[in-house]
Amino acid sequence: MQWAFNIVAVLTLLSAAAALSLRNLVHCALCLAGALGGLAVLFLQLNAQFVGLAQILVYVGAVAILVVFAILLTRGADFSKQPALSPSWVVGAGVAVLVLGSLVAAIRTMTATGVLPSAPPLVAVRDIGARLMAEYVLPLEVVGLLLTVALIGGVVIALQEKRR
Amino acid sequence: MATTIDQVFVNLKLWAVGLFPAAWQPLVSALLSIIAIIGVFATLFAITTILERKGLGRIQNRYGPNRVGPCGILQPMADGIKAIIKEDVVPRSADKLVHFLAPVVLVAPVFLVYSVLPVGRNMTPLDLDAGVLFFFAIGATTELAVFMAGWASHNKYSLLGAMRAIAQMISYEVPLLLSTVPVIMAVGSLSTVRIVAAQTGYVGWLPRWFVFTPWGLAGFILFVIAATAESNRSPFDLPEGESEIIAGYFIEYSGFKFALFFLGEYLGLFAVSGLAITLFLGGWSAPLSFLTWIPSWVWFFAKLLAMIGAFIWVRGTVPRLRMDQLMNFAWKFMLPMALINILAVAVWRYLPAGFWRWPACAGVVWLPYLALGRGLAGSKRVTKRVYRYAA
Repeated sequence: MQWAFNIVAVLTLLSAAAALSLRNLVHCALCLAGALGGLAVLFLQLNAQFVGLAQILVYVGAVAILVVFAILLTRGADFSKQPALSPSWVVGAGVAVLVLGSLVAAIRTMTATGVLPSAPPLVAVRDIGARLMAEYVLPLEVVGLLLTVALIGGVVIALQEKRR
Repeated sequence: MATTIDQVFVNLKLWAVGLFPAAWQPLVSALLSIIAIIGVFATLFAITTILERKGLGRIQNRYGPNRVGPCGILQPMADGIKAIIKEDVVPRSADKLVHFLAPVVLVAPVFLVYSVLPVGRNMTPLDLDAGVLFFFAIGATTELAVFMAGWASHNKYSLLGAMRAIAQMISYEVPLLLSTVPVIMAVGSLSTVRIVAAQTGYVGWLPRWFVFTPWGLAGFILFVIAATAESNRSPFDLPEGESEIIAGYFIEYSGFKFALFFLGEYLGLFAVSGLAITLFLGGWSAPLSFLTWIPSWVWFFAKLLAMIGAFIWVRGTVPRLRMDQLMNFAWKFMLPMALINILAVAVWRYLPAGFWRWPACAGVVWLPYLALGRGLAGSKRVTKRVYRYAA
């Protein structure tokens, strides 16, 4: 199990790094999809079936395709003439260091409330479904309604109205 | 005796796994399932290619392949040997790595989804709680492979084909997923094994398959239409329309890589047909109560072959859609009907069991269907087609 984790973790990190550093935007998008898939596998290894599968369905299945489409439809995928680092990389690195520093500071000053359970609870998909259908049914319905409205809205926008 | 034959593969696997030390047993069990899936469904692919070519030949009033072996039944072998010994041509301007990876990325998830299909009693390689979700999640990754193939070939036709394929797959994935929701609501589980278990048992002689309920019939039809579109088959074969863009996203593939695309396409069709059987046609259960002595796996594959036959029939008879018709059909007809079907199953679920929920549920599906059909037809009047022949 440890070995499986190591392999998947290394692959995920490598493809994430490649997604940041490759010159060809489509390659970057494909590597990003690989990294997201690796994250999904890590979720599955932690027995979080629902999260892992939803990650694949949403990120690898839909978001990666959207990213790729956006790249192809907006500008050419050939960026090989530009320098690898953008001119404002110093500012970017500074922001990254600041974010990391504040996160580390926040975690270090945090006081732990309550005791962590010794064994992680095993949550089956069935339990998540039961909870969603009983306790959290109202939020679920609201989210579902929102998504349906968004879907119908998308269809309405895409409809070509005839000018009167 | 019937039980022995029914469980022969399960017991065979148990026996084979028992030969190994305990530490190896999970690995051996998984490997055996993988070998069985690859062997059985790749063979089915070979059988289907010959069936399809023969069937289409008959529909088009010609013989079909009849040269290799008796009645041409060895044609798939010849095709396979040809595919293996052919030169693998990669275009000079292609993106070599992505071009190479695309067929692999396409075929691997297609084989993976078979692991949740119950092909017989106790014959589900991977009984996940979230089986249906697993199927769709893994199945969704093939879109990326299609894009990789189309983009890496550096050919405008292949890119066009990939764009068409992805647009079509994304559009039809929505009704495909929504048409499975009624079954999940009725069963109360995402597990394929429990979905099949909910459909076993008989009323008199007749089975309790979901396809025999109003919402199940509507869901089945929606699912099969969306599945046809998902697997890029005629009449939804725009991504590879020969007369328009030659072969679509796998134009620049030759030899065994082309064969892999071909294989992936057919295996995807089998997988989604298998899911349709699991969700609506009672999985491995027998169609009539006095036929239960026939082994469960025979029934699953009989249903699968029947569905493949129907797909071949449709391919031979229905003309290809236009792109705007395709999209309009998905978003203006399939999507609303799938949503209404969810309402119908809710009506079914909360009305007391008895005669009255049949007409009530059928009305919830049928009346919107009529209204939608009339509304979409608009002012167009469909009349009997008049044929004129040269004298």
